[in-house]
Amino acid sequence: MPTEAAELVFDEATKVYPGRAGAAVDRLSLAVPAGEICVLVGPSGGGKTTALKLVNRLIPLTSGDIRIDGTSILRHDLTELRRSIGYVIQQVGLFPHMTVEGNIGTVPRLLGWPKRRTRERVGELLELVGLDPEQDRRRFPAELSGGQRQRVGLARALAANPALMLMDEPFGAIDPIVRTRLQDEFLRLQQELRKTVVFVTHDVDEAIKVGDRIAILREGGRLAQYDTPQRILEQPVDDFVADFVGRDRALKALALRTLGELRLAPVGNVDGLPRLGAEASLRDALALLVAERCDVLLVVGADGEPLGVVRREDLLA
Amino acid sequence: MTGRRLAGGGGPVIPNFGKPSSCLKHNGWFCTDWLHAHWGDILQPALVQHVLLTLLAVGIGFGIAFLLALLGFRFRLLNAPLGAFTDVLYMLPSIALFEILLPITGITWTTILIPLVAYTLFVLYRNTVAGLRAVPGEVLESARGMGLTRRQTFLRVELPLAVPSIMAGLRIATVSTISIATIAAFLVADGLGKPIFDALEQPDIFKTELLAGGVLVVLLALVADALLSLLQRALTPWTRVR
Amino acid sequence: MIAGSLFLDAFRFIPHHASLLLHETGGTAKLAFAALGIAVALALPLGLWLGHRHRGLLLALGVSNLGRALPSIVLIGFAIALLRLTFFWECAVALVILAIPPILTNAYFAIEGVDPDAVEAARGMGLTEAQILRRVELPLGLPLILAGLRIAAVFVIATATIAGIVGGGGLGDVIANEQTYGSAGVLGASYCVAAMALLVAAALGLLQHVTYRRMAPRA
Repeated sequence: MPTEAAELVFDEATKVYPGRAGAAVDRLSLAVPAGEICVLVGPSGGGKTTALKLVNRLIPLTSGDIRIDGTSILRHDLTELRRSIGYVIQQVGLFPHMTVEGNIGTVPRLLGWPKRRTRERVGELLELVGLDPEQDRRRFPAELSGGQRQRVGLARALAANPALMLMDEPFGAIDPIVRTRLQDEFLRLQQELRKTVVFVTHDVDEAIKVGDRIAILREGGRLAQYDTPQRILEQPVDDFVADFVGRDRALKALALRTLGELRLAPVGNVDGLPRLGAEASLRDALALLVAERCDVLLVVGADGEPLGVVRREDLLA
Repeated sequence: MTGRRLAGGGGPVIPNFGKPSSCLKHNGWFCTDWLHAHWGDILQPALVQHVLLTLLAVGIGFGIAFLLALLGFRFRLLNAPLGAFTDVLYMLPSIALFEILLPITGITWTTILIPLVAYTLFVLYRNTVAGLRAVPGEVLESARGMGLTRRQTFLRVELPLAVPSIMAGLRIATVSTISIATIAAFLVADGLGKPIFDALEQPDIFKTELLAGGVLVVLLALVADALLSLLQRALTPWTRVR
Repeated sequence: MIAGSLFLDAFRFIPHHASLLLHETGGTAKLAFAALGIAVALALPLGLWLGHRHRGLLLALGVSNLGRALPSIVLIGFAIALLRLTFFWECAVALVILAIPPILTNAYFAIEGVDPDAVEAARGMGLTEAQILRRVELPLGLPLILAGLRIAAVFVIATATIAGIVGGGGLGDVIANEQTYGSAGVLGASYCVAAMALLVAAALGLLQHVTYRRMAPRA
């Protein structure tokens, strides 16, 4: 398996449990380009976790196929397949009896990496996920906070440099403040590593924030829409998607764009105008105007220098 | 008092030469002269034999229980019958078991080892299976998802995590065996049960010997428990944090 | 082998000496159940109460460890040597001491381990402490309590037999006196001891099983 990102294709993938009416995953077909994050989102019972587990064959396919870089997962040796895919789950599942180093080094050890290389890799990864490479490697999971454990889980999944990552509600069990931080760090990491990621969440806002593409699954495991966050928000394919995304989808769409993208009007009199950085989202800008009861705000650059002015109509255009 | 069946009841335990101390004459509880005199020929050998008996019984018992536990863990259906089997063995009174085996295996250590081993099975089987079962689901799932084979998962994850429970069982089994092994002396004059039974045989119970034997048994049990406790702590560094 | 015929002899001994064995079994049983009754009266309420209050964990553990380490024959010896009662009661004291640990410890953990949410809900509904113990904790803890009782019962029967060896009376007396009763007699008495223990264990085990099913219908 290649060690950089892989392309993942679901081809009419179906999972039916014997004795249960209806499929858990119903003829799911979508393609995740290499290096992109595809978020599977939907109501509970929508089959998103099932679809995820079909990929590393924790759940066997009933029919259809799933291909990684063109090769069907059924053609791979099961253990090799799993060792080449990074898998992160909500409760993390760190091995309580191993240190952080032991946990992260599990797959490299299985693959027969020399000790020195494993040790270096562990240090590398700890730094990458924002932990202390010297202190934290010797700790046991019981000594870590929830956020720290999730970071170790992520590092563990990245250890053997897999081409594909499967993440099942990885930030679900974390409190909201830490969750936001982890999401941001994960996105930063992804910019660096550019892995192919399939990410399951029930939180629409997380899906929009994290995903390059979003696949909304409805009950019965059928794909409702597979598109970029922008298009899903602006052009939901039916009422189900529109409802799922939320009545405030227009506002959510605003959150996807930043002030820096807009054409700004030249700066005139700036006294008393509320100001916001160019990296702020249009949604935050609108929220600021509403709060200040203004129609205009000043956009500033990284050093505080005025870049231009934005009017309320410009935001809503 | 009784017509104890075993051979080798030993000679008179109260030395009938020289001048017995006043302590012995009045059958005191702690006659140091007797203790000094007979440490070497009665108490110490008995202690050594007792240790040996315990090691053998617990060692063999652990081996058997572990194998049974593997079966009971792997094949869920077997768990109930195996559990019931060890349970029944535990419920049989030791003295009855010793006597029932006697005609078959004679006055040998085999006769006393079989019941002692049988008693350890109850605790050891139960604790081992429970320990293996107690591994959290998400740990097993992440192990599977990461690509550990069934065998690797068992050896590297399930078994180590079961150690606390197994060790707890070993401690209980060891202490119990040390205690029950005293009864074996009724049949085979070995172990710390011998001085105890000898003491009980006397028309007027020989207190010093009884106390000495009893104290040695309890001390042995405490030491064994402490050692196993240390071993457990050494084997499970992760339970010590937080 | 000699063993074979000995087994037969032993089995023949039983019906031939039925009245003797019945009498001796009665002797052992009398001692055993007297001791068990006293032990239950002493240990059970204490264990239940401590468990309910969630106090005395160290006591429960300590008692259980000590009980495991103390050899039964030493206890009997001490009782005989120290006390000035009838032989029966000296043995009974030793047996009571032996039976207390499993009853106490199991009662403690049975009550202490009841789902705290259920207890809290009951408290919130206005049940008194005694009512909580009686209506919530006791029914839920019953299987474990019975398990402790079962172990104590079997220990006591076994040790009562040994008391018989040491001091005469009961089936232990038969076992100790091979000259009088012969190997067949000793073996026959051993079978009786084993049978008695198994019967009691089975009866309590059945009771345990019944209370399990009654209490926890798996949804």
